[in-house]
Amino acid sequence: MQESAHIAQEAVVHTVSYLRWIPLLPLLGAIINGIGGAWIQTNLGKKVVGAIACAMPLLGFVLALRAFFQLLGLDPAQRVLLDNVFPWIHVGILNVDVAFQVDPLSSVMILIITGVGGLIHIYSTAYMHEEPAYWRYFAYLNLFTFAMLTLVLGDNLLLMFVGWEGVGLCSYALIGFWYSEWANASAGSKAFIVNRVGDFGFMCATFLLFWTLAEADHPTLLFREITQYAPLLEGQLFWGMGTVTVITMLMFLGATGKSAQIPLYVWLPDAMAGPTPVSALIHAATMVTAGVYMIARLSILFDMAPTTGAVIATVGAATAFFAATIGTTQFDIKKVLAYSTVSQLGFMFIAMGVGAYATGVFHLMTHAFFKACLFLGSGSVIHAMHHEQDMRKMGGLKKWMPYTYATYLLSTLAIAGIPPFSGFFSKDEILWKAFSGGHHIVWFVAVCAAAMTAFYMFRSVYMTFEGESRADEHTKHHLHESPLAMTVPLMILAALATFSGFLNIPHALFGHARFDGWLAPVVQHGAHAAHHDVEIIEYVLMIFSVAVAVAGILVARAMYQTRTLKPDWLVDAFGGKLYRTVYNKYYVDEAYDATVIAGTMSLSRAMAWFDATIIDGIVNGSAVIVKLLSQAYGLFDHYVVDGAVNGVGALTSLVGGGVRRLQTGNINAYLYVIVLAVVGVMMARIW
Amino acid sequence: MMEIGLNHFLVVGALVFLAGLFCVLTRRNAIGILMGVELILNSANINYLAFARYSSVSYDGQIFAVFVIMLAAAEAAVGLAIVLGIYQMFHTIDVDATDTLRL
Repeated sequence: MQESAHIAQEAVVHTVSYLRWIPLLPLLGAIINGIGGAWIQTNLGKKVVGAIACAMPLLGFVLALRAFFQLLGLDPAQRVLLDNVFPWIHVGILNVDVAFQVDPLSSVMILIITGVGGLIHIYSTAYMHEEPAYWRYFAYLNLFTFAMLTLVLGDNLLLMFVGWEGVGLCSYALIGFWYSEWANASAGSKAFIVNRVGDFGFMCATFLLFWTLAEADHPTLLFREITQYAPLLEGQLFWGMGTVTVITMLMFLGATGKSAQIPLYVWLPDAMAGPTPVSALIHAATMVTAGVYMIARLSILFDMAPTTGAVIATVGAATAFFAATIGTTQFDIKKVLAYSTVSQLGFMFIAMGVGAYATGVFHLMTHAFFKACLFLGSGSVIHAMHHEQDMRKMGGLKKWMPYTYATYLLSTLAIAGIPPFSGFFSKDEILWKAFSGGHHIVWFVAVCAAAMTAFYMFRSVYMTFEGESRADEHTKHHLHESPLAMTVPLMILAALATFSGFLNIPHALFGHARFDGWLAPVVQHGAHAAHHDVEIIEYVLMIFSVAVAVAGILVARAMYQTRTLKPDWLVDAFGGKLYRTVYNKYYVDEAYDATVIAGTMSLSRAMAWFDATIIDGIVNGSAVIVKLLSQAYGLFDHYVVDGAVNGVGALTSLVGGGVRRLQTGNINAYLYVIVLAVVGVMMARIW
Repeated sequence: MMEIGLNHFLVVGALVFLAGLFCVLTRRNAIGILMGVELILNSANINYLAFARYSSVSYDGQIFAVFVIMLAAAEAAVGLAIVLGIYQMFHTIDVDATDTLRL
């Protein structure tokens, strides 16, 4: 299939034909439940709907494992599996196929998507059991899995973009799942529209990349070939800036939309309007990491653009910090987790910005485990509390919900970065890479964010599970641990959140950094991320960041558990203004409302006025003219054309009326005429 | 004794023709008219035969007469069928009453 197969450096590709089933099975599930789901649910029960929906990602997980082990058996430099399904677009110099590719990077992603996704599907069967539109929920969830798998498996930018848009669509549909409430529906629209802004950047980057490569005689959108031809972009200029810088900046704009970074993060907290398992799957574990995946996938380009790297690291650090500050003030348990997700994504972008791509993907993976576990845990709590999300009305839940509490606590320890939980290894590695790369300010901001992470996460633990229950009697009476279908996924995820860090023990801790090694053939090693040997400072920083995290936990404990510290002093600092600003999310939504949205709205009002007055005026005016003209034509037609026709008709009938008198119908009369005529003729002859 | 010649036949033919014509012109009964037409045809036959006997050497006249007889039979069949049709339609065969082709 490769047009450029003659090039010697072409990566060795192993063709297989089972990869297509990884995305197609969930698509099949979406089609079955989307078309026949209502019938199945009525006639066969919700269990069948749930079973179909769960089977698809789990079968996908089996296939993903198969792909993983097949890769494992290959030489590291040749770890690429390709399944070319069919030729897609072959127009001019553009040649794109629907082809799925598994390399170490996408193998990690598909394992997360099908594995965590499968667990969340199972969890959902219990969480959504009262939902009347059960089938619709699972159809969307399966469709999302399909789109996300397409995103990570596509071997070219276009197919990736199909998945990129598909996950946005499914995200929209699932945020607004309970669309009868205006707030949910508008949250879905907000997510979709904000994402479109980023998608615009993604598209522009794709076009620019393609045409720049085309000018260098190697037009391609295939990732393998982009990697191969990327050096051709070196030194190219676009409007006075390096072309690579422009491309990567536009790509990063796309990533900020999908992965909720400043300035396009505003949709993610509102996305919590969707069902909680959706928040776990889409808005924590998978979709929001698409931006990180995309940067890792195109790391060769990002590595060539240090300016973009600096911007990414800065934006990531700023996002990590600001989202963490907002997280400390929220009372809605899902909002806390949402801002935590934004903040953790910021950490991943720091890693991407400093060129530690493998580390970023590692944090992506550990985050998928512990954040999915946290969201599902919060869902378990919300389920038990009859859809109460305000932590001020919770408290003491560990008595009723021991499994949920234990798993939530383990994941909280992981996200706080306490060794030996997974978050410690991934987050600490990011901090170290930032510091050793010379980005000391980024490092400092990130450490502050990490401290706040520990604080607000333990705040949520203490407010939700510890202390006295603040729930009303009715709710308290019905408190119960969630069913097995919910607790078992929680336990599996908690186990992963606890132990997955051991996959990538750094050399400093006498490990082998296996995860980095696994990704090494695919992602860049970070030309501008300095390589250092193990240094004493690494241990110092490690201890420092752990100490900071522990300090955050202790402050949270003092404020919300032992109550030796009153949260009020923080609230009242700076006359309460600071607190109110943070609590109201820095008024960013309001600022966007006042600027972008109000601007768009007034533009659209102006357009509507223009449309209603000028365009409609022209249309209506021409209609009036046509009407007048047609009236004139009508008169002409009536009097002149019809007059002529009718005149001919009237004349004919007049003549006919006269002539018909001759035709009496009386045979005798005819005979007399005949005889007379014969006699007349004879007389004429004789004379 | 007077020799019977061509003229005698022609006179008989003319008398039969006039009788037929009178019948056709005066009858109001459709069958009567048809009978008049038969008389006219037969007067023509008399003329054919007379001319064939007295002023020709061939048999053309006789052959024509045979054709006319045959034609008259056909004409009578068709005419009587029409009369029957008219009777069904108008319940009369008076030609003065049937001066229209449709009801």
